[in-house]
Amino acid sequence: MSIDRRKFLKHSLTMAGATLLSGGSIAHALDKRDPSILSTGNTANARNWKLWVEKSESLTPEKYGVLVDTTVCIGCRRCEWACNEWNKNPNRPIKEFEASVSQQKSVFDTVRRMHAGNFTVVNRFISSKDGKPIYVKRQCMHCDDPGCLSSCFVDAYRKAKNGPVVHNASVCIGCRYCMVACPFDVPAYEYYAPLNPQITKCTFCFDRISQGGVPACVEICPAGVLTYGKRSDLMKLAREKIGNNPDKYIDHVYGEYEVGGTSWLYLSSVPFHEIGLRTDVGTTPTPKLTKGFLIGVKMFEIVAAWPLVFGAYYTISKAREKTRAGHEASAAGKEEGHGEKH
Amino acid sequence: MKHPLLERKKVMAKNTNSWFREKILLGKSNRDYIISSATPGNFIAGLIIVYGVIVMVYRLFFGLGPSTNLSDNYPWGFWIGFDILIGIALAAPGLTLGTAVHLFGMKKYHHFVRPAILSSLLGYIFAVFALLFDLGRYYRIPYLLGWSWGFSSVLFLIGWHFFLYINICLIEWSPALFEWLNLKKLREFFQRAAIWATIFGVIIAGGHQSALGGLYLIAPAKLHPLWYSMFLPVFFLLSAIFVGIAMVIVESTITHKVFKHQLKDFNQAEFDKRTMGLGTAAAAGLFIYFILKIFDLAHSDNWAYLNTFYGYWYLLEVLGFVLLPAMLFASGVRNGNARLIRLTAVLTVAGVILNRLNVSIFAYNWQFPASMKYYPKWMEISLSFGVVAMLIVAYRFIANRMAIMYDHPDYGSGH
Repeated sequence: MSIDRRKFLKHSLTMAGATLLSGGSIAHALDKRDPSILSTGNTANARNWKLWVEKSESLTPEKYGVLVDTTVCIGCRRCEWACNEWNKNPNRPIKEFEASVSQQKSVFDTVRRMHAGNFTVVNRFISSKDGKPIYVKRQCMHCDDPGCLSSCFVDAYRKAKNGPVVHNASVCIGCRYCMVACPFDVPAYEYYAPLNPQITKCTFCFDRISQGGVPACVEICPAGVLTYGKRSDLMKLAREKIGNNPDKYIDHVYGEYEVGGTSWLYLSSVPFHEIGLRTDVGTTPTPKLTKGFLIGVKMFEIVAAWPLVFGAYYTISKAREKTRAGHEASAAGKEEGHGEKH
Repeated sequence: MKHPLLERKKVMAKNTNSWFREKILLGKSNRDYIISSATPGNFIAGLIIVYGVIVMVYRLFFGLGPSTNLSDNYPWGFWIGFDILIGIALAAPGLTLGTAVHLFGMKKYHHFVRPAILSSLLGYIFAVFALLFDLGRYYRIPYLLGWSWGFSSVLFLIGWHFFLYINICLIEWSPALFEWLNLKKLREFFQRAAIWATIFGVIIAGGHQSALGGLYLIAPAKLHPLWYSMFLPVFFLLSAIFVGIAMVIVESTITHKVFKHQLKDFNQAEFDKRTMGLGTAAAAGLFIYFILKIFDLAHSDNWAYLNTFYGYWYLLEVLGFVLLPAMLFASGVRNGNARLIRLTAVLTVAGVILNRLNVSIFAYNWQFPASMKYYPKWMEISLSFGVVAMLIVAYRFIANRMAIMYDHPDYGSGH
C-alpha cells in the first residue's frame, strides 16, 4: 500500500508540474496521467442544465454567492474531494487530499488550474506579510455578467436568477471561445474525448442550492472558509470582517467589482495578485468589451450597405450607357479596353 | 433496320464518354492523363496531402488531446491562428479585386478578378474544412445556422458571415463554371447576379475580416498590450485589404508562370504596369496601417513595453513587415521595378502571417513563462499544410479546365 501511495504521489507531482507545462512535449506525455485532464463523459453540467430548464422560472430572484476567506483556509483540500464526489469526477480517497498539506513535496508545489475532471482546486502561496502559507480555493466565479455567456456562438450559457452560470452541453459545438473569453480561465475542455467532448466547469452546485442545499464544497469545509448566502449579505459580512480586523485583511473584496461583479467573493491578507487572483481584469463586464464592436459592425452593414448598392447601381448603369454609346460610335473606331470583345 | 433509340443510346454513351474525357481529363485518355499527372510537383503535393489526411483520421478517432498541443490554457492554437486568421486574411483577393473592378469600375484589372475570386472561394472553403477538425463537435455546425443563435458573440457573426461569403464567392465564380458546362442561360443569369453578390460581398467581407480581430477584444488581460487594442478590428480589416492586394500580386506572378500556355496574347509590359498599380494601392494601405499602429501605440501609452522582449518582437513586425514593405512598394513604383514589387508582396504576406500568429499564439497568455507557452505539435502543422496542398491542387484543377486566366472565347469578357 505504501509503495502504491508513493507512486501515486510521484505521479500527482509530475502531473501537477505537467499541468502547467502542458505546452511542452515531455510535459504533454506526462499530463496524460492526470485523470482530471484525461477525464471525459462529464455529466454534472448536463444534469444541472436540465434542472435549470425545469426550474428557471420558479427560482428566487435573489442572487446568492459564496464568500471565501483565504486567511483561514488550512489547505485540507476536502472541498476538492467533495466536489469530485458530488459531480462524479475522477476521485481519490479523501485521506490523500488531506495529506497534501503536510507533505514535503505535494501538489501544492505548483499552481494548478481547473481541468475537465476537476471543477475546483486549492493552490498554495507564501504570504509576503509573514511568510506563512496561504491556501486559495479556485472555481468558477459565476460572474453577474458572464463573458462565457456573451462569447458563446450557440448561446449555450445561462445566468440563473439565483447566481449560478450554467452550461448547456447539448448545443455546444466545442469551439472553445468561452475558454478564451473567461477572464478567470475557468471553463475546461475534454480534450481526450474524440467524439463528444464537452466544456466543463463548476456549476455552483445548482442542483443543490436550487433545492435548498448549499454547495458540496461549502458543506464539507471544516475551517469556515466558505460562507454561502445572499450576495448582499455576504458583502455586508465581508465589510464587517475587514472593518473589525483592518490589520488582518486588505481593504478590498475581490469579486465585488471585478468584471462587473461576481457571485463568489474573496477576502485576503495580502494583495490579490499575490495569491493567484488576477487584478488586471478590470471592472468592465466582459460582454461590454465586444458589444460596441458588434453594434458598429451591424451599423456598418445596415448603413454602409445602401450607399454601396446605389454606388454600384450607378456605376453599372453608367457603364451600360457607355457601351451602348460605344457601340453606336464604334462603327469605325477601335476599342481600347483590355480583352474587350464587344 | 436499327432501332433509333438504340442508335441514340450509343451516341449518348459516346457523348458521355467524350464529355468526361474532354472536361475532366483535358481530352486525354485515362492512361495518358495518369501518366501526364505523374510529375514531381504532384508527387510532393500528394505526399503532403497523405500526411494531412492521416492526421485528420487520427484526430477524428483520438480527439484533440493526443493530436494537438492544445490545453485548457491554450484553447486556440495553430489551427485557428493559421487556418482561420491567416487563411481568411490571405483569401481577401476576391474582396479587393472584386470591389475594385466591379464597384469602382477599374476595368483594366478585370483579368485579375477571376483568379482572385477563385482563390477566395477555395480559401474560405478549405479554411472552414480545416476548422471542422478544430471544433470538438464538428457535426453540430448546422446548429449555428438554424438552431441556437448566440447574437452577442463575435464568433456567431463570423460563422454566419463565412457561410454567406462562401455563397457569395460561389455566385461570383459560377459564370466560369457555367461557361465550362456550356450552360449559356445560367451563365448569363449569374453574370448579372455576380455584380450584386460583389456589393453584398464587400459588406460581408468587411464585417468578418474585422470581426476576426474583434474576437480578441474579449481577452484584454490575456493578450499583450502591444497587440491588444480597441482598434484590433480596424487593424485586421485594413491588413486584410492590403494583404489581399499583395496576394493578388503573388498569385498572379505564380499563375502567369504556371498557366502561361493559356495566355495567348499575354503582354508582359501591360502585366507589369498592372502590378505597379496594385503595388501603389498596397503601399497606401500599408502606410495608413503603419500610422494607425503608431497612433495606437501612443494613444495606449505603451512605449514602456517597447524595451522588452515582446517589444523587440513588436518592432520587428511593425518596422520590418509593415514600414519596410510600404517603402519598398513606394520605391518599386517610383522606379518602375516590377520585380521589387513582387518580392515586396511576398514580404507583405509574410508580415500578415507573422501578425496573425503573434495575436493568436505569441502574444496570447504573454505573462506565461516560456516553458508554459504553446507551440504547435507536428500533427497540427501537418494537417494545416495538407489542407493548403489540397487548396493548391483544387485551384490548379479548376484553372486548367475553366476560363479563369483568360476570357472564354464564346463569351467575351462580360464587362
